[in-house]
Amino acid sequence: MADIAHTSQKEQIRPPVVSVGVIGWIKANLFNGWFNSSLTIVTLFFLWKTAVPFFRWAFIDSVWNTTGQVCHDAGGACWSIISSNFRFILFGFYPYDLQWRPLLAMIILFVLLFLSQNRKYWKKPLAYAWISGLFIMGLLLRGGLLGLDPVESTQWGGLPLTLLLSVFGLTAAYPLGVVLALGRQSKMRAIKTLCIVYIELIRGVPLISLLFMSSIIFPLLLPEGLTINKILRAQAAIIMFTAAYIAEVVRGGLQGMSRGQYEAAESIGLNYYQTMRLVILPQALKIVIPPTVSQLISAFKDTSLVVIIALYDLLKTSQTVLSNPEWMGFSKEAYVFVAILYFLGCFSMSNYSRKLEKELSRGD
Amino acid sequence: MDTESSVTMEKTLSDEAIIEIIDMHKWFGDFHVLQGINLTVHKQERIVICGPSGSGKSTLIRCINRLEEHQRGRIVVDGIELTNNIKNIEKVRTEVGMVFQHFNLFPHLSIIENLTLGPLWVRKVPKKEAEETAMYYLDKVHIAEQAKKYPGQLSGGQQQRVAIARSLCMNPKVMLFDEPTSALDPEMIKEVLDVMIELAREGMTMIVVSHEMGFAKSVAHRVLFMDFGQIVEGNTPHEFFENPQHDRTKLFLSQILH
Repeated sequence: MADIAHTSQKEQIRPPVVSVGVIGWIKANLFNGWFNSSLTIVTLFFLWKTAVPFFRWAFIDSVWNTTGQVCHDAGGACWSIISSNFRFILFGFYPYDLQWRPLLAMIILFVLLFLSQNRKYWKKPLAYAWISGLFIMGLLLRGGLLGLDPVESTQWGGLPLTLLLSVFGLTAAYPLGVVLALGRQSKMRAIKTLCIVYIELIRGVPLISLLFMSSIIFPLLLPEGLTINKILRAQAAIIMFTAAYIAEVVRGGLQGMSRGQYEAAESIGLNYYQTMRLVILPQALKIVIPPTVSQLISAFKDTSLVVIIALYDLLKTSQTVLSNPEWMGFSKEAYVFVAILYFLGCFSMSNYSRKLEKELSRGD
Repeated sequence: MDTESSVTMEKTLSDEAIIEIIDMHKWFGDFHVLQGINLTVHKQERIVICGPSGSGKSTLIRCINRLEEHQRGRIVVDGIELTNNIKNIEKVRTEVGMVFQHFNLFPHLSIIENLTLGPLWVRKVPKKEAEETAMYYLDKVHIAEQAKKYPGQLSGGQQQRVAIARSLCMNPKVMLFDEPTSALDPEMIKEVLDVMIELAREGMTMIVVSHEMGFAKSVAHRVLFMDFGQIVEGNTPHEFFENPQHDRTKLFLSQILH
């Protein structure tokens, strides 16, 4: 016995050595057998055929900071469409001289979002910062107070509008979705039925038709003389739509909770709200972070559908530029630019969700 | 479990009843799971309930803190009758601690947070005081050094001891144990039973659903045998094990005691 222990200690068995270094990695991952080797070669060929021409188009043959006329003669991308119309794409028909106001509002929003990333700051001061921030942002956009010229909401557009619709759409839709999910699980028949009807009705209808309803049918139902801001109506439609989907995602998380958790919470005397808030939701919402974020990302992109009710969001302002004779035909460049902005938004959301998931998983 | 020799406990009781169950019935759908239960539990009394699976023993103790709803008869806990009145139910639940077979700790909270949750939100105890109480009980179940960890990092036996401490933090008048050792690896059963024995020694009123007969012999005032939704027989441990009255009891005992 002692002998065996002795030898085994002396010659500890190590895992077999795998090839190392760059060559080793390439061999192991790209040319591992004839099938993988041929896949690698085919992929490389396609990359050569697509990525290289794209790179040439975008960076080598491209034209920057010129007029549309010069662009038409150039072989590559015409980034001048972006640089020349930058402010229109970003701010739409917002009065040119006042565009510092939406810019400042966006900066405030980004700072607040950035601060809110850190869960350590999720305390009262941040809530106050948000409340006053919202107030200041609204004031900046609308004007009419403190010597700021009033700007009609029909003139709002571009990135601020997209951010307005998505940031507030998503932050309002999420809690509403959670409430709907809880309602759907409720023991009270009336509430349960109401939630089911709501969720199924909304999910059975495309967002476009909801937007149409909000912009065309809904005003007809209002008494004469009373109008509700078009942006607000679109916002409400987005919130209602997204909430229904979030509700179903959250319901999935709630169903994943074992009965024991409810019972343990109840047996120490927690009431329904405490049980949900302190025990069930923190766990259930954590489980469904990935699908929730997918849902939020798709809702963020869906805000571009407000184009059809003639709101000048980021996509619509870009399209408007394209209808200018000078810049006609440069849709590729404009859409690539818009795509980059959307990508930045979506990517930071998914990045943040990954970070959040990691932080919250310390208990597992 | 050889606990008999190590424990000597006072087995006299006060007459004051803390739980009264009168002709209580419960159905799961058409299944008549509890068929006329009559049971009076005195203050500081320790009762062990045994019986074959499906006999309704877990359901019985779950009715006592209304995790299950009874459909006929009465249950009165510490002077409060259990009805649909949600306030009364919550009140009873704060007086009655429960320990589950599968521990049911809150995995997203640290051990200390598990313990302080009830006191903070239900009893509205200040945070500092709640934490001191929590540490006191963690110490009592010999696990104080794990306070900052999360339930997933503890062994089954440790988790169950935390679960007991969590109940104790609410300062309950009665503790219910629903097969507290059934989900444990054999080497961890003793550490949990030892904690329960200490608790018994301090005069806690306990109702324990368990098949740990050694524990029943040394700790219980009464052992009840349940079968088919009824309390077939209840007696002092000595009488119960030495001189069972009913055939079903005899059969059951012969099966579990080999």
